Amino acid sequence: MAIMSYRDALNRALDEEMARDPKVFLMGEEVAEYDGAYKVSKGLLAKYGAKRVIDTPITELGFTGIGVGAAQVGLRPVIEWMTHNFALLALDQVVNNAAKMRYMTGGRFSMPVVFRGPNGPAEYLASQHSQSFASYWAHIPGLKVIAPATPSDAYGLLKSAIRDDDPVVVLESEMLYGTTGEVGNAEFLVPIGKAAVARPGTDLTLVTFSKPLHTCLEAAAALEASGISVEVIDLRSIRPLDMDTVRASVARTNRALVVDEAWPAASVGSHVAWLISRDCFDFLDAPVELVCSEDVPMPYNHALELAAQPSVAKITAAVKRALYQE
Amino acid sequence: MAENIPMLALSSTMTDGTITAWKVAEGDVVKRGTVLCEVETDKAVMDYESPSAGILLKILTAAGSSAKVGDSIAVIGKAGEDASALPAALQSAAPQASAPAVVAAPAAVSAPAVVAAPAAVSAPAAVSVAVSVSALAPEAALPAAQAVSRRQDTSPAAAVNPAGFPRSSPLARALARDAGVDLRALRGSGPLGRVVKRDVEAVISGTAERQAASAGSSGGAAAPRTVRGREGGLVDKIVAASRTRMVVAKRLSDSMREAPHFFLRSAVEMDRLMALRASINAGRDEADRLSLNVFFVKLTASAIVRNPTINAAWKGDSIEFKRSVDIALAVALEDGLVAPVVRDCASKGLADIEREFRTLIAKAKEGRLQSSDYEGATFTISNLGAWGVEEFTAIINPPGSAILALGAVAREPVVRKDAGGAEAVAIRSMLRATLSCDHRVIDGAVGAAFMRDLKGLLEEPALALV
Repeated sequence: MAIMSYRDALNRALDEEMARDPKVFLMGEEVAEYDGAYKVSKGLLAKYGAKRVIDTPITELGFTGIGVGAAQVGLRPVIEWMTHNFALLALDQVVNNAAKMRYMTGGRFSMPVVFRGPNGPAEYLASQHSQSFASYWAHIPGLKVIAPATPSDAYGLLKSAIRDDDPVVVLESEMLYGTTGEVGNAEFLVPIGKAAVARPGTDLTLVTFSKPLHTCLEAAAALEASGISVEVIDLRSIRPLDMDTVRASVARTNRALVVDEAWPAASVGSHVAWLISRDCFDFLDAPVELVCSEDVPMPYNHALELAAQPSVAKITAAVKRALYQE
Repeated sequence: MAENIPMLALSSTMTDGTITAWKVAEGDVVKRGTVLCEVETDKAVMDYESPSAGILLKILTAAGSSAKVGDSIAVIGKAGEDASALPAALQSAAPQASAPAVVAAPAAVSAPAVVAAPAAVSAPAAVSVAVSVSALAPEAALPAAQAVSRRQDTSPAAAVNPAGFPRSSPLARALARDAGVDLRALRGSGPLGRVVKRDVEAVISGTAERQAASAGSSGGAAAPRTVRGREGGLVDKIVAASRTRMVVAKRLSDSMREAPHFFLRSAVEMDRLMALRASINAGRDEADRLSLNVFFVKLTASAIVRNPTINAAWKGDSIEFKRSVDIALAVALEDGLVAPVVRDCASKGLADIEREFRTLIAKAKEGRLQSSDYEGATFTISNLGAWGVEEFTAIINPPGSAILALGAVAREPVVRKDAGGAEAVAIRSMLRATLSCDHRVIDGAVGAAFMRDLKGLLEEPALALV
């Protein structure tokens, strides 16, 4: 086991997959000469050369489209968006070409492309650059969507994504790049579509993904001091969703809280909450709770910025509501 | 978020309650469990404990007034919240939605609030509609509308069932269903009095702090009372009566109170009937053998045909005579009893009656009996012979006017004349049959004539052919 940052875990995954398969290449803004805006591609240009690590102009629709075309003819592109905020410009290529090509060609074209970059609120970025688009991608049939929250999952899931023959959107997190954790020395894959029980518990099932996992684990540790045992489930993949793991947990705990850093309307969180309400109806002893970002554009003021997002206090309060202890 | 505090069903039969006194005043801080008021139900005066914590913002039902189960009696919320802005849409949707209340609202309320209100406005809710309207000065209209939509977003299913069922979580309902616990006898510990898992589990484990009026509680919280004996199944506990139990209790109490019972007893010699049954069953497969009960049913039907007054019912100022002899057979269940009915027994054969009862009894044991399977018996037979009971009296099963109670068949010494006409002690299979009659319909001589004919038929079943 090595202690490794989330950033270095992604770098190791890219490095290993590029070494393993010459069809894999990386393309995006600043990925080559600058080693990546967040240094995820550090050292890859030196190792694999300018034909496989390609700097692009600031044209998201253009280079995303090149990635789609390259995948269509048999290469395995990894497209880095500097952030998912900029990926909005490429939405048409992802939604209408990447996601639908296999379907529209009757299975003749596969689409082994990976789109990756940081998603979700960070800090001091104001309203246009600090927001979660998880539900934009999760909404689209034909895409797979993964959201690793730990270095180990970042490594194992990115490798699975690169080897997948369908388009995979990777939701990374700017706030997680510097976080560290154990990553196995031997090569391994984390399967797409499998949730993980990040912390076992008995009183309530807390379902989350990406950066809020860490806030949830912090809240669960705090609640344990007051005798409340929370089971934390990290979805890891949000399309496909591993509802089996969620259902099995809720059937034991009879209570559920979903935490999502996106806005409340039509979000991954609200969708998961509905699935729990529908599938676990006879097991529920309390309404399913949802903690999410406030329904406002992200404020720039730092105190308000933090107040707009899920917090330990909000999660703790929601857990107690679901346990009728408020 | 301010919450309406509803009148709860504090007993299983309660449809409305009168508030005899408020124990807290508007503006007081209340905790969950604080006694808010005293409520007089159809059974007793009980304390109403607060299901929520906060400030008592408003009393909606004054002392001395009554409220239907499900109607709001008060509003609890945070300091500074406007109780009058609590929307009418939160009120229970009683079936008798009244047009005037709906019409009254739009005239004074701004458009957004109107949209939210009509769907759920009901007659009992009219009071709080009026409250809302009076408080909705133009500047207050927008926050009120927001309160409506926020509240509906977070709690779409928070209506009290007008039938008096309390709010309950899906899990609590599933647990109650499986354990045979009647939710109506519970007071929930969740928000708005919601019955949750812990409330049902408390009943199941016998540690409930229940306030079932039927148990005679005056509303004080009983301390947990379970003391489990080491030796056996005896436990101190209070268990909510099941629906079946409640129905049995009510019907039999009504019958015993209203129908003047008298009892006619006969000793019946069973030897010929036993021999007849044995000879019929000798030619039949085990599965097709006829029970003794089916002979009782069939021969009783024959006796009823000869005495039509037995097949009649008291209707307050008239007596209803029935053509069809519909005989019920009392069947013990794990929790209660039912008496499934076979219709028109006078015109059916033994095998048909046997088959129908077998089907009905199987359904009864699975709890699948439909009301049409047990309602409207004109006569009932209860047979405790299998328990070795010698004789007993039974309570009439309305709307019938008579019930026949049968004991065990036993070998006994009896006095009979021998071939020469001299009295001698003989050994016979004897049965004690006791008829309970409703004297409003059946006089002593009428009942006695029926018993004479029934005894004759049981002792000499061939007479049924005549």
